[in-house]
Amino acid sequence: MSNQKVDVWVGLFVMLGIVALLFLALRAGNLSSFSLADTYAVQARFDNIGGLKVRAPVKSAGVVVGRVADIRFDDQTYKAVVTVNLERNFEFPADTSASILTSGLLGEQFIGLDAGGEDRMLVAGDDITLTQSAIILEQLISQFLYGSAEREGAVD
Amino acid sequence: MNALAAVGRFTLEKLVVLGQLARFFGMLVTRLGIVVKRPRLVIQQVHFIGNYSLLIILVSGLFVGFVLGLQGYYTLNRYGSEEALGLLVALSLVRELGPVVTALLFAGRAGTSLTAEIGLMKAGEQLSAMEVMAVDPIRRVLVPRFLGGIIAMPILAAVFSMMGILGGWFVGVILIGIDTGAFWSQMQNGVDVFNDVLNGVIKSVVFGVAVTLIALFEGWHCRPTPEGVSRATTRTVVAGSLVVLGLDFVLTAIMFSH
Repeated sequence: MSNQKVDVWVGLFVMLGIVALLFLALRAGNLSSFSLADTYAVQARFDNIGGLKVRAPVKSAGVVVGRVADIRFDDQTYKAVVTVNLERNFEFPADTSASILTSGLLGEQFIGLDAGGEDRMLVAGDDITLTQSAIILEQLISQFLYGSAEREGAVD
Repeated sequence: MNALAAVGRFTLEKLVVLGQLARFFGMLVTRLGIVVKRPRLVIQQVHFIGNYSLLIILVSGLFVGFVLGLQGYYTLNRYGSEEALGLLVALSLVRELGPVVTALLFAGRAGTSLTAEIGLMKAGEQLSAMEVMAVDPIRRVLVPRFLGGIIAMPILAAVFSMMGILGGWFVGVILIGIDTGAFWSQMQNGVDVFNDVLNGVIKSVVFGVAVTLIALFEGWHCRPTPEGVSRATTRTVVAGSLVVLGLDFVLTAIMFSH
């Protein structure tokens, strides 16, 4: 086979490899969800973050507006400190509340933002003070069981 | 006492082989410079090792994907979470099956031909003839094949994973009827580009180095007889496959243990 033919075939082979890698990164992987938009970081403290993970989405009204950048534990207040990167083109009032929600019954957890009514907007480095922890299924069930037990006790 | 001596001899022999292998690897690495001077030699080897292995990789990737789709659906269906099929197929392919199965096929398809080729060159005294002509056979024959294998292996593994995911999609979405949007979005939620895809690529590069190195080593050190070449070819497949599986365990433990 002539040299040029070999080159063409090898070129096609390498092209196929690049296409496969792009397919894995974009179609199978989450590269397309990496947003290049400018972000600003705010912090929120939670009593319990449940199964929240770094890079989990931050949604407001169901739309992704940012991502969880960092999760730390504060041993002064015994709370979880979650740093959130919000996209620059979305502004939220300073009294916005953050809650940890679950998509579906057993799906992945994300942070939901509910906009408040204040005039001042959140800026980089601000704290979100109104937070609601993750709902732990086991606690919910035990509360329900205790509640029904007490009610039965009241009837007797 | 004889048994003890046999154990000692066995251990020493294996140690000698390991030392030879390390020295052989060093010889190849120090002569990598030829690539810059004569890149065409490497291109020819990528063609020989990569393009000719493509068909078996495409077909086996597709069928592994089919089986993963069917088998994954069978298990996930019991928990009512068959939408996670895409995630299951993609993660198992990208992290484990893609690199490992490709490396095993690669050892069988390309590794054996490398060993046999070099073994026969040695038996036909072509390598000695090159030395007589002041051509370094390691530089001229081994290094281009070594690099060709290292370049071809990650490409083949990526193609294998892609075909497998397409196969899983075909079985899951077209044949069984899972929602196509859920299939892809679950996959995208769960597969991380750096943790999963990039680590899979790193794995396939390591396997490419290991399998090609073993294939060339066996060819280079085989006894120059028909029987010697056939033994070396067998050893390439056995040692190559075992090393790939062992390395896979180590790499998985390092990459995905946190």
